[in-house]
Amino acid sequence: MSTVTLASKRRRSALRTLAFLSPWLIGFSVFFAYPLLSTVYFSFMRYDGFRPPTWSGTQNWTYVFQHYPLFWPALRNTLWLVLVMVGLRVVFGLGVGILITKIRTGTGVFRTLFYLPYLAPPVAATMAFAFLLNPGTGPVNSILENAGVPAPAWFNDPAWSKPALTLLALWGIGDLMVIFMAALLDVPKEQYEAAELDGTSPWQRFRYVTLPNISPIVMFAVVTGVIQAMQYYTQPLVAGKVASGVIQGAGTQFEPGYPEKSTLTLPQLVYNLGFQRFDYGAACVVALVLFALSMAFTALLMRRRGGLVQAGDR
Amino acid sequence: MPGTSRKTAVALATSASIALLATACTGQSGSAADDDPSKQTTLTFWHAWSAPGEVEAVKELIAGFRKKHPNIDVKAVGNMTDDKINQALRAGGSNSPDVISSFTTNNVGKFCSSGALVDLDPFFEKSGVDPEKTFPKAMNEYTRFEGNRCSVPLLGDAYGLYYNKTAFERAGVQSPPKTWSEFESVAKKLTVPRGNSYKQLGFMPNYHGWETTTEHYLGQFSPTYFDDNGKSQVAEDPAFEAAFTLQKRLVDELGGYRKLETYRATLGDEWGPEHPFHTGQVAMQLDGEWRLGMALETDPGFEIGVAPLPVPDDRADEYGKGYITGTIAGIAATSRKQNAAWELVKYMTTDTDAVVGFSNAIHNVPSTLAALKSPKLKYDPRFKTFLDIAAHPDSTTTPASVNGGVYLSTIQQFGYDYESGKETDLKAGLAKTARQIDTDIAQAK
Repeated sequence: MSTVTLASKRRRSALRTLAFLSPWLIGFSVFFAYPLLSTVYFSFMRYDGFRPPTWSGTQNWTYVFQHYPLFWPALRNTLWLVLVMVGLRVVFGLGVGILITKIRTGTGVFRTLFYLPYLAPPVAATMAFAFLLNPGTGPVNSILENAGVPAPAWFNDPAWSKPALTLLALWGIGDLMVIFMAALLDVPKEQYEAAELDGTSPWQRFRYVTLPNISPIVMFAVVTGVIQAMQYYTQPLVAGKVASGVIQGAGTQFEPGYPEKSTLTLPQLVYNLGFQRFDYGAACVVALVLFALSMAFTALLMRRRGGLVQAGDR
Repeated sequence: MPGTSRKTAVALATSASIALLATACTGQSGSAADDDPSKQTTLTFWHAWSAPGEVEAVKELIAGFRKKHPNIDVKAVGNMTDDKINQALRAGGSNSPDVISSFTTNNVGKFCSSGALVDLDPFFEKSGVDPEKTFPKAMNEYTRFEGNRCSVPLLGDAYGLYYNKTAFERAGVQSPPKTWSEFESVAKKLTVPRGNSYKQLGFMPNYHGWETTTEHYLGQFSPTYFDDNGKSQVAEDPAFEAAFTLQKRLVDELGGYRKLETYRATLGDEWGPEHPFHTGQVAMQLDGEWRLGMALETDPGFEIGVAPLPVPDDRADEYGKGYITGTIAGIAATSRKQNAAWELVKYMTTDTDAVVGFSNAIHNVPSTLAALKSPKLKYDPRFKTFLDIAAHPDSTTTPASVNGGVYLSTIQQFGYDYESGKETDLKAGLAKTARQIDTDIAQAK
């Protein structure tokens, strides 16, 4: 009798746990597991959306890695953005956060000034930058030329297009600035006072007091930044279209990644293969590469977090 | 018994769900050409026109159709790109189009081979209309793929040369150039430098100069894109080498790629009133017949001249030809109202008065033989140049391919690399381009 009661109690407990978990389980299955498995399945199929899918073995994989000329430039660009853009965004966001917490007067004005650009829609912001950085008519180059500085062609030069996109990303730093500001204001004042009594320099105080305290936030900024860089689509596409002059025209062909494939990113390839060529199989391969890269970066960062997160957070 | 019926019900429901899902996934809702076109219905028509005058012209065209078919209402949706059309044709559903029109013939091969648009031959037969006798030869060719006529020409486009007569007079040039070597010398004469840039550029040769795409240049060299087995001829046919060599020489002679790109970045966009030909910043322009109307509307302050594009020096006898393409119309395979949709397509593409009226309003080349000869066709005398290009026996078009315009994009990509100096070996580059085209087609099959 007592065994039966125990068993039924366990069953009830398991059911209750499952009931509480069910919203997540349903969400996970429908929005993560099923799409992921479908993507893997379709990466081995020939499928154009009309004719029924047919098995094509590893053909899509071979095509993307060996014969699709846009894949490797897009991968290189995406990695560049992950390393350079994310790094600079975190450093700049933290710098602005520190600056604003140190300012004594007009803090509100500066906070607003730095936060406002973040609210600009990505398409509008990119078009504004394309206008400002226009090599022929843009005010930035006029100022540089008047100052005797050789002006780059920005979005029209493959060597400068990604730095120009990085400038745009730094301009919209508002989100990171707010997060860092909150973290910085949360650092216990006593620790600074104790450090000052020990005769530390400002750099030492930053290195041994500020950084350990805000390291979880730095970690958060890096991981979310990497994911954003992996999904970077709108800004390079708009910048490329505006700079190449092909803004509209239904029959006009557009060179993805203008100039010279320098603004091409992996999400653009997913769109190009999936929704322009309707080669869903190859698009799924690129999507899986993106997924694998995101997982790899996140895993790497999580393993390295020991150096970033202080002992108490472990 | 109740247990059995429940099982049956579950089995039925599951089968129905799977069938529905499969239908949704593959976009195949089955042939639906059994609707009655004389019944009250509403068609959705997606098109690419977006300028106010063009949208008005589409409205008038539909009004003319409604007079003849008051039972068929038409909901027109403009400014549609091929990407959006392709996605909607796959999705189906109540808001997806029954009839589509696309600005480019590049995707005809894909539309036909995938079954996105229905084969119209049975509809032509049923209506007693012979496409061979209705449409000009080139247009008849670019609207079908491997025996499947899934589209119909809806106005055509012919490419020619626009030139600034006032700039010509200033530079002492008497007449438009007829060969590419004449063109090179005229383009240089018309170029007026200002500092490190230009006051006036004779011609913008870069492939980003809007209509100066590889296929438009290549049209003058009459290239053979594919052999009988469907293999790319980009590395075999000397026309490709000749066209790329000419364009690269123009780029180098007129200032070099970087300087030209910087100048191009200062110019107005293709569809706006500040187009560099309208503003006098570029003295010659490779463009379609629609540019005349657009340029005249902006009152550019100089006299506009129109001529066919030059031809290679060794093909001087073919002067007058040009590249031909056009807008196409088709019926979605997912449409449940295909007979009614055919009435609209038939009216828009074969009714002489409708074609002429639309052509007059949009400033495009009419797409039927009867409309080309119609006395109701109103046009500026200069427009006649484009009608002649369209009718020229040596005029060319680009063939339909199973993966649509991918092969054209691949050639264009090589063009970008070659004009910018990233690729210097023309022969090796063309061979690589040909291999890429063949690989892409194999991937799409």
